Amino acid sequence: MPEAEPKGPASVITLEGVTKRYANGTLAVRGVDLSVTRGDFVSLLGPSGCGKSTVLRMMAGLIPPSSGRVEMAGGGETGDIGFVFQEPTLMPWSTALKNVMMPLRLTGMARYMAERRARDALASVGLAGFEDSYPRALSGGMKMRVSIARALVTKPRLLLMDEPFAALDEITRHKLNNDLLTLWQAERFTAVFVTHSVFESVYLSRRVVVMAARPGRVVEDLCVDAPHPRGEAFRTSADYAAHCRDISAALHRAMEE
Amino acid sequence: MTVVLSSSETADAPAQDRAARHFGLTAEAWLRILAPTLIGVLALIGWEAVVRINEIPPYLLPGPLAVFETLIREWPSLSVSLFITLQITFAALFVAAALGLLLSVLFAQSRIIELSLFPYAVILQVTPVVAIAPLIIIWVDDIRIALLICAWIVAFFPILSNTTLGLNSADHNLVDLFRLYRASRWQVLRYLRLPTAMPYFLAGLRISGGLALIGAIVAEFVAGTGGRASGLAYRILEAGYQLQIPKMFAALVLISLTGIAIFLAMSLISHLCLRHWHESAMKERR
Repeated sequence: MPEAEPKGPASVITLEGVTKRYANGTLAVRGVDLSVTRGDFVSLLGPSGCGKSTVLRMMAGLIPPSSGRVEMAGGGETGDIGFVFQEPTLMPWSTALKNVMMPLRLTGMARYMAERRARDALASVGLAGFEDSYPRALSGGMKMRVSIARALVTKPRLLLMDEPFAALDEITRHKLNNDLLTLWQAERFTAVFVTHSVFESVYLSRRVVVMAARPGRVVEDLCVDAPHPRGEAFRTSADYAAHCRDISAALHRAMEE
Repeated sequence: MTVVLSSSETADAPAQDRAARHFGLTAEAWLRILAPTLIGVLALIGWEAVVRINEIPPYLLPGPLAVFETLIREWPSLSVSLFITLQITFAALFVAAALGLLLSVLFAQSRIIELSLFPYAVILQVTPVVAIAPLIIIWVDDIRIALLICAWIVAFFPILSNTTLGLNSADHNLVDLFRLYRASRWQVLRYLRLPTAMPYFLAGLRISGGLALIGAIVAEFVAGTGGRASGLAYRILEAGYQLQIPKMFAALVLISLTGIAIFLAMSLISHLCLRHWHESAMKERR
C-alpha cells in the first residue's frame, strides 16, 4: 500500500507533550515529545518503571494519554499498526495459521485470501510447514515467530514491539534479532522496539531513545549510524562496542538523575 | 525475502508421544482400567462370600449374584424406568447447559446484569431441592416437567458459575490485540471469550451431569411417595414397600451405572473438545 502513503512530513507517529497518569495516581510518563520517522528502527531503552511500555501502548492507541497528543500520520486505519507483546500471546485453541489469520478475519477479509496472506507471513518468519501446529507444540522462539507473523500479516506501517525477546535464551534471541532486521529491510515497516538491553538496542536500531524513571521521561536521543544490513560481524566490531559504551553511559546518567 | 528457521530452535519443541502401546492403549491406560476393575471384582467376591458363609437372607442383604439375577429378570420394567429417568436427566442437563451458557454470556456483556442476577442464582443453588420439590410438584401439573425443573435447579449453577468465570478469564493481552484490530463485541465473544470459557464450561458440564441425575432421582422420590412417578427412584420405593430387597439393589446398581456412564460421556466430550490445545487433555502424552 505504499501509493496510499501521504507525501510530505516523513514521520509516521508523533507524540507531543504526552503525559500519562493512571487512575491510581501513578505518574507513568511526563511530557514526552517523540517523532518517529518513516522507515526508521527506534528503540525505547530504559530501566523498568520508566514508562516505555506505557509509551508504546499509547502509540498503539490501547490507552489514551492523560494530556498531550498522539498522532499517527494519515489517521491510522485498522491493521496500520502491528503489536508484539513480551509473551507470544497466541490463542492456544487455534493453529499457527488460524492465529496469524485472526487480524485479517477481524477486519472482514474473505477466508481464502486471509489464509493465503497468513501462509505467506508464516513462511516469511521461517515457519512454512508449521501452519497446522498448535502453539503448545511449538518452542518459545517459534511461538514468538508466529506472534511476529501475526503482527506483520496486515502489512502494517508501524510495528510496535514490547520486549518481545526478553524471555528467550540468548542464542534464539540473536537469531530472531537477525531475522527481524531481515524482515524490516524487506517489508519497509517502521519499527519501535522497547527493550532494557543496551546490546539489543544497538544491534537493531538506527536510533535509541533513552528514558528515565519516576516519572517516566525521555532523557537522551542517540543515533546508531552503522549501516544496514548488519550481521554477526557487526556484533564483534569496534563500532558496535563504541555505541554500546556510549549508550550504556547515557543509561547510567538516566538512572542517576 | 524470507528467513530460515535454525534446527536448534525447533529442538526444544515437545517430543511427540512415543510410548509403547498394547492393544491400542498405553501401559498407563491399562493400569487405569485394570486396577479399579480388580478392586471391584475382589469386593464383589468378598460380598458374595460373606452372604453365603453367614447365610444372610436375601430380604436383608442379597449377594451380588442374586442382584444380577434380579436385574436380568426385572429388566423389562427396570429398563422402562431407567429410560424415563434418563430422559429427565438429559433434558434437565441440556436446559441447564443452554440456559447456563446463555445467562453467563449475558453476564459477561453487562456487569449490571451480572450483579443483579447472580445472587439469585446462588439462592437457587443453596436451596435444598428436596425441600422445594413438593412445592414444584404441586404447582406444575405435568409431573415430567416438575421433575425436569427439580433436576435443572441442581444442575444449573455449576455450569453458570464456571462459564461466567471462563468468559472473564480471557488473556488481557489478547483482549488488547482484539481492540487494536477494532474487533466488535460479537467478535471478541465469538473468537476470544467463548473459546477461553470452553474448558470451564466443560468442567461445569461434568459436574452437572452427575448432579442432574441426582436431582432427577431426588425429585422422583418426592413425587414417588405421592404415587405419581415411574422412574428408577419409584422402583426403589416400590420394591422397598414390597420388601423386594434384591430389586431395590438392582435399581440402585442401575442408578450408579448410569451416573458413571454420564460422567464418562461428559469426560469424553470434554476430551474430544480440548485434546488439541488444553493442558487438562494433554497429561497422558507426557
